[in-house]
Amino acid sequence: MTSFFEYAIEIAPVLLRGASMTLQIVALAIVLGIALGVLVGLARVYAGRTAYAFCTVYVEAIRGTPLLVQLFLLYFGLPSVGIYISSFWAAVIGMGINSGAYQSEYFRGAIQSIRSGQMLAARSIGMNRRQAIQSIIVPQMLRRALPSWSNELMYMIKYSSLAYMIQTPELMAAAKEMSAQTFRTFETFLLAGLIYLVIVAIVSRALMSLENRIKIPGL
Amino acid sequence: MTDLTLRLEGICKSFGSLSVLKDVDLDVNKGETKVLMGPSGTGKSTLLRCINLLDPPDTGRIWLDGREITAKGINVDEVRSSIGMVFQDFNLFTHLTALDNVRIGLVRVKGVDKKTATDMAMEELRRVDLAEKAASYPAQLSGGQQQRVSIARALALKPRLILFDEPTSALDPELTGEVLKVMSRLAEDGMTMVIASHEIDFARSAADEIVFMADGRIVEKGPPDVMFTSPQQVRTRDFFRRIGERH
Ligand SMILES: Nc1ncnc2c1ncn2[C@@H]1O[C@H](COP(=O)(O)OP(=O)(O)OP(=O)(O)O)[C@@H](O)[C@H]1O
Ligand SMILES: [Mg+2]
Repeated sequence: MTSFFEYAIEIAPVLLRGASMTLQIVALAIVLGIALGVLVGLARVYAGRTAYAFCTVYVEAIRGTPLLVQLFLLYFGLPSVGIYISSFWAAVIGMGINSGAYQSEYFRGAIQSIRSGQMLAARSIGMNRRQAIQSIIVPQMLRRALPSWSNELMYMIKYSSLAYMIQTPELMAAAKEMSAQTFRTFETFLLAGLIYLVIVAIVSRALMSLENRIKIPGL
Repeated sequence: MTDLTLRLEGICKSFGSLSVLKDVDLDVNKGETKVLMGPSGTGKSTLLRCINLLDPPDTGRIWLDGREITAKGINVDEVRSSIGMVFQDFNLFTHLTALDNVRIGLVRVKGVDKKTATDMAMEELRRVDLAEKAASYPAQLSGGQQQRVSIARALALKPRLILFDEPTSALDPELTGEVLKVMSRLAEDGMTMVIASHEIDFARSAADEIVFMADGRIVEKGPPDVMFTSPQQVRTRDFFRRIGERH
């Protein structure tokens, strides 16, 4: 039997290909999640009753059910009503919609923590609501939401491993496959874990520097 | 009629069952400084917010430069851009520098190009003696400096009228002077202003008229020397005696 080190080098290409898929899923899902999160967060504060009700149902439904159930519905459930999506896109869409619900809550909380005088002052210089939201509320909202948003991204990197359950060939699936071939289960999942750890470490560093960069002086 | 900047006629405003403004009439001529005084909860802030339609009156009519702004079909955003407002707690946009706070209305609301807007905003910052703080964020400025930036923000849009809601009440006593100085200068320069304030000395020197309000009504108004020394109404006399004692 080869040493752990040699084994690692041997299976690295397969695991890294999986990791690259993981990164693609996470990148697309987080972008979808931000878009949904910002829209829903703003809608729940500023839009009318119908939009509020609609968004609330979405947020509560998503937050009240397991991500895995949502992924299974998309990938195994939709074909029974004639809609087929690839496992990759099922993972992206499922995780994006899931993340959007959580993110909308961070954004909503951030908006509510902005003092009402900011909106008042914006309106007093003649901005309409849309201008005030765009120029005054959203920039402050994004800054305030960044710390919890960063956590969301960390979770998403780790939870993306659930995508292997709908047959997406990402990092977890690659590790599962290798361990089935080599029977070196412990070492294989240890390596997979290490790769997740490295990704999380790099992303968290990047977010910390982003946080510093957009920090408002004096606050 | 020509130099009448603001006319209020029969302004009433309630919040639920609480009637806050009861039939308020007021005329403000171009270049005049009127100081609103009166006990807490009397409706001074509410009246100011009615004037720029942040909180429109339930009934009553308002004219700005001869145009009725309470009429149907009026663009309230455009009206607000021609009435400046200075708040008790400044309400500077926290994520923007002093310069951007002053400039954003020019760029976003008036559509002025960035370069011209920058020059205009710097000009207004100079007017409040804060040109050197252009790059500072609100949290890096003292309360007095923040309030002067917010005056510059109001001035930048070349308003017909500026409303001040207790502009020095949130400031430490040693910082009120610099703000009142800027306001006095504006009064001398002929700016039209309606100011809710308890600053007797400032009102005495800068106001053309003191408007005394109580319980949602204008009780009495007149020039400062008359109002502070020999007001007609008992309520007015009692009120000024009380705040006189605090000084
Ligand atoms: N948005 C609102 N909803 C309900 N009640 C309000 C609202 N705004 C003001 N009020 C009430 O209206 C009354 C007048 O308030 P206003 O703030 O205009 O008084 P003020 O003369 O400015 O007092 P102060 O000197 O304390 O600033 C108060 O009783 C206040 O509680
Ligand atoms: Mg008030």
